[in-house]
Amino acid sequence: MLIDQSKFLFVAITLFSIGLCGIMLNRKNIIIMLMSIELMLLSINYSFILFSVFLDDVIGQLFALFVLTVAAAESAIGLAILVIYYRVRGTVSIDYINLMKG
Amino acid sequence: MYLALVFCPLVGFMLAICFGRLLSPKGAALITCAFMFLSFICSLIAFFEVGLSRCPTYIKLSPWIDSELLDSSWGFLFDSVTVCMCLLVTCISCLVHVYSTGYMSHDPHQPRFMSYLSLFTFFMLMLVTADNFLQLFFGWEGVGLCSYLLINFWFTRLQANKSAIKAMVVNRVGDFGLALGIFSIFAVFRTIEYSTVFSLVPYFTGFNLSFFNLNFNLIACISIFLFIGAVGKSAQIGLHTWLPDAMEGPTPVSALIHAATMVTAGVFLIIRCSPIFEYSLDALFVVVCVGAMTAFFAATVGVFQNDLKKIIAYSTCSQLGYMVFACGLSNYSVSMFHVLNHAYFKALLFLSAGSVIHALSDEQDMRRMGGLIQVLPFTYIMIVIGSLALMGFPFLTGFYSKDVILEIAYSKYNFLGTFAHWLGVVSASITAFYSFKLLYMTFISSPNGFKSSFQSAHDAPFPMAFPLFLLSLGSIFLGYISRDLFIGLGTPFWNNSIFILPEHINTIDAEFIPLYIKWLPFFASIAGAVISVMLYHLFSCALFNLYSNNTFFNNVYTFFNKKWFFDRLQNEFLASFLLKLGYGVTYKIIDKGLIELFGPLGVSKNTYNVSKQVSLLQSGLINQYAFLMFVFLVIFLVINVFSPILVSFIDLQVYFVLLLSLLINNLYLTKK
Repeated sequence: MLIDQSKFLFVAITLFSIGLCGIMLNRKNIIIMLMSIELMLLSINYSFILFSVFLDDVIGQLFALFVLTVAAAESAIGLAILVIYYRVRGTVSIDYINLMKG
Repeated sequence: MYLALVFCPLVGFMLAICFGRLLSPKGAALITCAFMFLSFICSLIAFFEVGLSRCPTYIKLSPWIDSELLDSSWGFLFDSVTVCMCLLVTCISCLVHVYSTGYMSHDPHQPRFMSYLSLFTFFMLMLVTADNFLQLFFGWEGVGLCSYLLINFWFTRLQANKSAIKAMVVNRVGDFGLALGIFSIFAVFRTIEYSTVFSLVPYFTGFNLSFFNLNFNLIACISIFLFIGAVGKSAQIGLHTWLPDAMEGPTPVSALIHAATMVTAGVFLIIRCSPIFEYSLDALFVVVCVGAMTAFFAATVGVFQNDLKKIIAYSTCSQLGYMVFACGLSNYSVSMFHVLNHAYFKALLFLSAGSVIHALSDEQDMRRMGGLIQVLPFTYIMIVIGSLALMGFPFLTGFYSKDVILEIAYSKYNFLGTFAHWLGVVSASITAFYSFKLLYMTFISSPNGFKSSFQSAHDAPFPMAFPLFLLSLGSIFLGYISRDLFIGLGTPFWNNSIFILPEHINTIDAEFIPLYIKWLPFFASIAGAVISVMLYHLFSCALFNLYSNNTFFNNVYTFFNKKWFFDRLQNEFLASFLLKLGYGVTYKIIDKGLIELFGPLGVSKNTYNVSKQVSLLQSGLINQYAFLMFVFLVIFLVINVFSPILVSFIDLQVYFVLLLSLLINNLYLTKK
């Protein structure tokens, strides 16, 4: 299979950068932050699968499955925390989540 | 008994200083004199046992510093050199104690004075009996302290305060050299015991001492350091300025400390360290040059002084020069002989001068004396004996050591020996000149003083006259009696306490120099004396006109009268520069600047400021945290990936400098 792997990697890196920018530039919505983390995890998954195909190694795909599981659990926990947080503080805006300031 | 020799004066000091009020001045004087006399008896016995019977004594009293790395103990080493010095110190000190009871009898602080004298004697004995350099240093500093206390005895006089501080500060320069010498001895030999150091010196002859990539010969370096100490204490040229000023103290102090004993401590140090000095020709060269120049310089200045005590002080300085260059010419025993002889006649001169000053109610200026031979015949005789001994009149004490010093200088047959010899001969002649000038102007010329001071003048009372008489006996006979014992050919007296390299010995050559060279010092001194009396008796008017009318002679007179402008040189070039350096750099920049910046204050302040700034980083904004995490992740990745390439550019020192500059910058910022 003579497909240039850098093109596939470009997709993965772009996805990762979009997720990163989502975290760093977003100042309002914490849901978007969670989504960005999901996006980054997705890009990682993508590159895992990519390399597993290129290197002809099944471990990569296996690892991608694990990451998917962990990501699902993580987003579930994150959403649960948000719900609780909303119940306590009445808001989920990032601007007001600064109780741990030094 | 040997310990009693050293500690008797200390007991006397303790009793006099603690119970001086209870004991009354007379009681304190009696007690200190009694303890001094006890000490003198002990040193007579010690001289018999160690010196004449040749049984060196070594007492290890107790450990002082016991730390594996540096072991030093209170130890006492009595060998021939030590007992000579002990005998000298206790004898002169005893006589001066007795003299002081008369001289200071009207002073309300007499107990304090007597106790200081005793304390000085104790420290001096500690210095000469030490068996290691540290104890020597202890005694060395102790005598410096006592010198300070005694110069400053009349502490309400501004001049006395200034002179005392000057003596302390100038001596500090020399002490610094001595301390450096002891440090370097310890660094190399790993011990400061005489016995170990002196036996190891030959092994280290070829070694070098590295300092800032410069290599110095080790032995030469150590010797020169020790010699700087001797220069300070023995008032050699350069550091001599404190000695004439020290004459502000009471006259017995000048006799004991600044003529007979303390100033010879430097010479004693050189003699004691003869095994070190012998292995370095360079150091010996320096010693001879400095000694000879001091002898000449001090003699020339002495001629033009008007203060009775200052003349004698400069003559002391000059004689110390003789002793030092005799050491440099490797004739330590001759030097020691001169130390002993000089002590007697110089103490005699000083004490008689004190008697004159006492009689004239504290008049020191020679121009306001004259004609005192009528009033003070006894003192006159004493000064004549002292002066004749000083100028080396045949068969008096000074003759035996001074002529031998000049002869051995000539018989070196090299540049150095000839240099020392000629300077020595010229100084001998000048010495005779000013001795007779002093005699003439004080005693023989027509009276120039105030009538009131002449009316109340009286010759020395018994407590002052008795020591003078004993010292005059010493000045007449001691040289003749002890010559063969100390410097006779092949005398076994020194008994390995002095070491001379076989190729440096020239006592035999000194016997075969031309006859006219042997006679030269005698004729030079006689000529000096005759010229002096002639000038001042017949041509004093012409001399005065020469000084006052001729600018050239006036300049010459000023030059010598102002001591070659040494004081001015030191004050304007060295002292002011050092003061600025001390205040500007070491105090302001280093002590209050750098040490405060990186020391206690700076560290605490910086920690507070930096932690404050660091805590500001925690903003509570999640996106900022994420950004920082990302940035540092990238940085560490880059470092990890590119470290093989970057490693050649990484310089820890640069980072250190960066860190420092950050710190300083930070401080600067926070100050604003």
